Amino acid sequence: MLKLPVYLDNNATTPMDPRVLETMIPYFTEHFGNAASRNHPFGWEAEEAVDYAREQVAKLIGADPKEIIFTSGATEGDNLGIKGVYEMYAQKGNHIITANTEHKAVLDTCKHIEKSGGEVTYLSVQEDGLIDLKDLEAAIKPTTILIAIMYANNEIGVIQPVKEIAAIAKKHGVLFFTDATQAVGKIPVDVIKDGIDLMTFTGHKMYGPKGIGALYVRRKNPRVKVTAQMDGGGHERGMRSGTLNVPGIVGFGKACELCRLEMDQDTTRISKLRDKLETALLKLDEAYVNGNREHRLPHVSNISFKYVEGEGLLMGFNKNIALSSGSACTSASLEPSYVLKALGLGDDLAHSSLRFGLSRFTTEEQIDYTIEQISTTVLKLREMSPLWEMFKEGIDMNSIEWAHH
Amino acid sequence: MAYSEKVIDHYSNPKNVGTLDKASKNVGTGLVGAPECGDVMRLQIEVDDATGIIKDAKFKTFGCGSAIASSSLATEWLKGKSIDVAATIDNMDIVEELNLPPVKIHCSVLAEDAIKAAINDYRKKNGLEELVFEEKGVH
Ligand SMILES: Cc1ncc(COP(=O)(O)O)c(C=O)c1O
Ligand code: FES
Repeated sequence: MLKLPVYLDNNATTPMDPRVLETMIPYFTEHFGNAASRNHPFGWEAEEAVDYAREQVAKLIGADPKEIIFTSGATEGDNLGIKGVYEMYAQKGNHIITANTEHKAVLDTCKHIEKSGGEVTYLSVQEDGLIDLKDLEAAIKPTTILIAIMYANNEIGVIQPVKEIAAIAKKHGVLFFTDATQAVGKIPVDVIKDGIDLMTFTGHKMYGPKGIGALYVRRKNPRVKVTAQMDGGGHERGMRSGTLNVPGIVGFGKACELCRLEMDQDTTRISKLRDKLETALLKLDEAYVNGNREHRLPHVSNISFKYVEGEGLLMGFNKNIALSSGSACTSASLEPSYVLKALGLGDDLAHSSLRFGLSRFTTEEQIDYTIEQISTTVLKLREMSPLWEMFKEGIDMNSIEWAHH
Repeated sequence: MAYSEKVIDHYSNPKNVGTLDKASKNVGTGLVGAPECGDVMRLQIEVDDATGIIKDAKFKTFGCGSAIASSSLATEWLKGKSIDVAATIDNMDIVEELNLPPVKIHCSVLAEDAIKAAINDYRKKNGLEELVFEEKGVH
């Protein structure tokens, strides 16, 4: 049975698993206590629930529960992790290395640090979205304190060589922070095996609630510390003040547990669907996958359909299929996706891209429907596209003097 | 952002999609926008020599739904108009007719530019002086 509308924008946010909601509800009502209230059962219950969730979260990523700092989400974790290290290790240096395909929460944090006297190197990625490890190593200098490279990209799903990055960081005595928002819960992430020092992730990208996330901060080999970014009651070992969001934490914990237990079976099923979708759509002429296809999240695909514009394409089916595009027309800024441009894609291809993010709840019927709808719309819009006509006539589009504005 | 009924209607059933013979002396072609900006509009008019009336109009557009709707609407408006009257079509008329939100005004500007470019192409081919239009500067 086909269930409409089809939701394929799971990189933006996932639906919450009903099993997660179920565990949360009592913590809004009966068990409403403040986890910091030490002197009565309401507080004890809340604290116990938080402790349990902290274990569930830690277990998913191979960490110790004491290494989990609850935050409001990945944006906060990016800020706390990067600014926190920058301030804590100011004695040692002021240089940070990151990449130009990072999420805005990382890039803008780095911009902020530059304004306050720090130095940041923004590595360019290769055509497939991966960083060049040689570039990374070459960028390290005596003042370097942190490498901040994401685990997997939110637009193209490309997975960076995290273990190799960690090894380089370790070799040079530099800390390694990773934004693993899109990876945790979807692919195996293990902070010990991967050699990660700090890592941010968030509940709402892994079937958990919005407004809750975590920052992993390593406690051994080396012991890492971050300077708190908010002053207050000194919660979370002094690194993140504020009354804990107990229902959110409980839900986040449950979401982590479900991901841990069901990852293998989910991945097998979802990657098959993703491959089916991709194979079918690539049968269209002039359709290209953006980013490395091998080192990639199993549920993500980013495809450019040359000579049709992304927003125009989405409009063909967006009542029934939820997707996003790298097209400028879908953004407030009228700039196409900076991630796609960082891969060296021309603006025209960036404008023509669609991002697919599948989930635990995506069905085969939905994928079949999506293939049919997109194929039809691409063909229809190409009939309407002057660029397609030129392409078919063999006209070199670079020879035309376009009126840029 | 939700689209207006009229944008959806033009998008779903675009009027006058197609190509006229751009080599013909009676045909004026306007090609505006740029692939890198995510919008390219080609609008063509076929003019009756004797009367100066636009007999046919066709478009092809690479762009968002509002750009497609703007060009579809423009071709409808052009047919049956004299080229002089056609030259007075203002992008704000299109905005009003299609209920375009502010971020989509530039799509209508593109349609206006395409109309003017097509008219001037026709004029040039027929030994008429090209019209000078003031810059909209809304892009
Ligand atoms: C890679 C990455 N980092 C950070 C974020 C921000 O996450 P949150 O919404 O939890 O602040 C997102 C989500 O858009 C993301 O994809
Ligand atoms: S063509 Fe880009 S917003 Fe209309």
